[in-house]
Amino acid sequence: MLSIRNLHASADGKSILKGINLEIAAGEIHAIMGPNGSGKSTLSHVLAGRDGYEITEGEVIFDGESLLEKKPEARAQAGVFLAFQYPVELPGVNNVYFLKAALNAIRKSRGEDPLDAMDFMKLAREKAKLVEMDGDLLKRSVNTGFSGGEKKRNEIFQMAVLEPKLCILDETDSGLDIDALATVSKGVNALRDPGRSMLIITHYQRLLDYIVPDVVHVLVDGKIAKTGTKELAKELEANGYAEFQGKSAS
Amino acid sequence: MTSTEQIQERLEQEYEAGFVTDVEQEFAPPGLSEDIIRFISDKKNEPEWLLDYRLKSYRQWLKMETPEWAKVKFPEIDYQASSYYAAPKEGPKSLDEVDPEILETFEKLGIPLHERAALAGVAVDAVFDSVSVATTFKGKLGEMGVIFCSFSEAVVEHPELIKKYLGSVVPSTDNFFAALNAAVFTDGSFVYIPKGVRCPMELSTYFRINAANTGQFERTLIIADEGSHVSYLEGCTAPMRDENQLHAAVVELVAHKDAEIKYSTVQNWYPGNKDGLGGIFNFVTKRGICEGANSKISWTQVETGSAITWKYPSCILKGDNSVGEFFSVAISNNYQQADTGTKMIHLGKNTRSTIISKGITAGHGQQTYRGQVRIGKNASGSRNYTQCDSLLLGDSCGAHTIPYIEVKNRSSTVEHEATTSKIGEDQLFYCRQRGLSEEDAVNLIVNGFCKQVLKQLPMEFAVEAQKLLEVSLEGAVG
Repeated sequence: MLSIRNLHASADGKSILKGINLEIAAGEIHAIMGPNGSGKSTLSHVLAGRDGYEITEGEVIFDGESLLEKKPEARAQAGVFLAFQYPVELPGVNNVYFLKAALNAIRKSRGEDPLDAMDFMKLAREKAKLVEMDGDLLKRSVNTGFSGGEKKRNEIFQMAVLEPKLCILDETDSGLDIDALATVSKGVNALRDPGRSMLIITHYQRLLDYIVPDVVHVLVDGKIAKTGTKELAKELEANGYAEFQGKSAS
Repeated sequence: MTSTEQIQERLEQEYEAGFVTDVEQEFAPPGLSEDIIRFISDKKNEPEWLLDYRLKSYRQWLKMETPEWAKVKFPEIDYQASSYYAAPKEGPKSLDEVDPEILETFEKLGIPLHERAALAGVAVDAVFDSVSVATTFKGKLGEMGVIFCSFSEAVVEHPELIKKYLGSVVPSTDNFFAALNAAVFTDGSFVYIPKGVRCPMELSTYFRINAANTGQFERTLIIADEGSHVSYLEGCTAPMRDENQLHAAVVELVAHKDAEIKYSTVQNWYPGNKDGLGGIFNFVTKRGICEGANSKISWTQVETGSAITWKYPSCILKGDNSVGEFFSVAISNNYQQADTGTKMIHLGKNTRSTIISKGITAGHGQQTYRGQVRIGKNASGSRNYTQCDSLLLGDSCGAHTIPYIEVKNRSSTVEHEATTSKIGEDQLFYCRQRGLSEEDAVNLIVNGFCKQVLKQLPMEFAVEAQKLLEVSLEGAVG
């Protein structure tokens, strides 16, 4: 599904990703852990096509096609979804209206007919249940005045409606209390599917108790320093990243 | 077709109302003088007192100077260069006699004038250059005692009302452009709603400048008698021409005790091309007086057109407990300049006013919000709330906020909030990551930004206004 080959990227002339190799098969969940500044968020931004990064080497193949030449919207339309670490507020833009416009843009790119308001509302209500989203949040402006937990819940709700092939979750656990974490994780788990891959970026092992990954990677200084099973996450929690940081410095 | 041609075509399509109607017209010779004013007055079979009013205004205007306090730049206007009267040659007597070319013009603009095809629930007065060519639903409105006709007709049919109210809110000495208008105004709309009547439909005037080298100087007067209610909307367009054309209108509103007037504008005059060539100079004086207790005047404007906009729809809150509102969305793209805002003059006790202004600037646009809130000594217990937000697209535009606030008693409250934000890279990326194109993302964000104001518009026009915002910002990003 996703194949990252020797990916190098820099921002403002500073090299951040220094040769990442990663293969995610359909239906797999991969977690990327790493200390601050290791390049975790940069990786998610580069995959989603955010401005401000220069790809200096390497390629990314998604679903048999090169991803990096595509505009952000074309990547989204192809099935890449990024759950933002800091979801953005859009004052005055109704949450449901926004999501309907997004879904219909994606449907259009696939040559499908747009959903009308009735059908869309039915779908939205059904998906809102997955993350226990309040009906009230659906009607409010996108993320405007939402609490941290509500924003993250809204991200997963959008993911549920848009049904992407690749979900990138960028520190979805940050700012969540334990109850909200459980709810959000439940929503993510409900979206596990043999045709859907996930890349979960996190600082802490905690999230991986709820969303159990197939593979765990340790990202240090722009490179994957070690790959293992979910046990690796537990080791990191116990021992920290010092071992790897030392290694990459030497 | 090459991509350059495609882009060119798209640019040319931007202003959809930019066509010219080929119709035989009668003009006053170019220039401005007492003779020209006599010519206009004569054309309209005006009574002597109105000609005197015009001449008096003209003599005052000669002594006045172009105001320079607004933050707009434009070359000196040669008032002798343009013609002050242009009218289709065949003056129509009824709707059936209106030149088909003119009917087609309004149809193309989305304003069908035949009542069977007309927008349900909206009566329209169509003004083509200097004259009103048709007014729909007059009969139906007449049954309820509502007068809705062209200004010229009102002068003949209802001279007592015109004599009483003309210049009562905006005196001819008010300012340079109001004085010019008082001297040379040609047509416009007149509305009178009798006591206790709730006008059963939206009233609307559609202004069209067609002829070259002319200006449009219309005059609108709306009177809502005690306990009455009316919602009025004006729209305006003009052909694309390389030279600037002047539009200097005066609008006066009078709301008596317990009456309410809602006045909405969708202004789409030709804004000039992307290099700033051509476009309408829109210098307009709009003012309403809440004469009686508990009356209300509400201005809503969507200003997307004109090369220059100089406009401050205002409320004089004279009656106790009267309410004034101003909701505005203004867009300045390419080289457009707008200096717009409002005045809320609180005179009566417990008067309230609300100002919501949303400015959007793109390209090399420059925009100023200029608003005055004055609470007089006797206006105890009065309140004002002002919110003005500016949204910038790109790095070459500017937004300025200039509030004037004056409170002369201790029991009143004034609140002023202002924000300026750039359309966020974050917001754009967020929308695009969800599958929306950059252009759709901008439209979505802008519409969200303007929502508070757009929702004030009558339903039939809210959709049109929304589309207009999208067209006006075409090419503003990327």
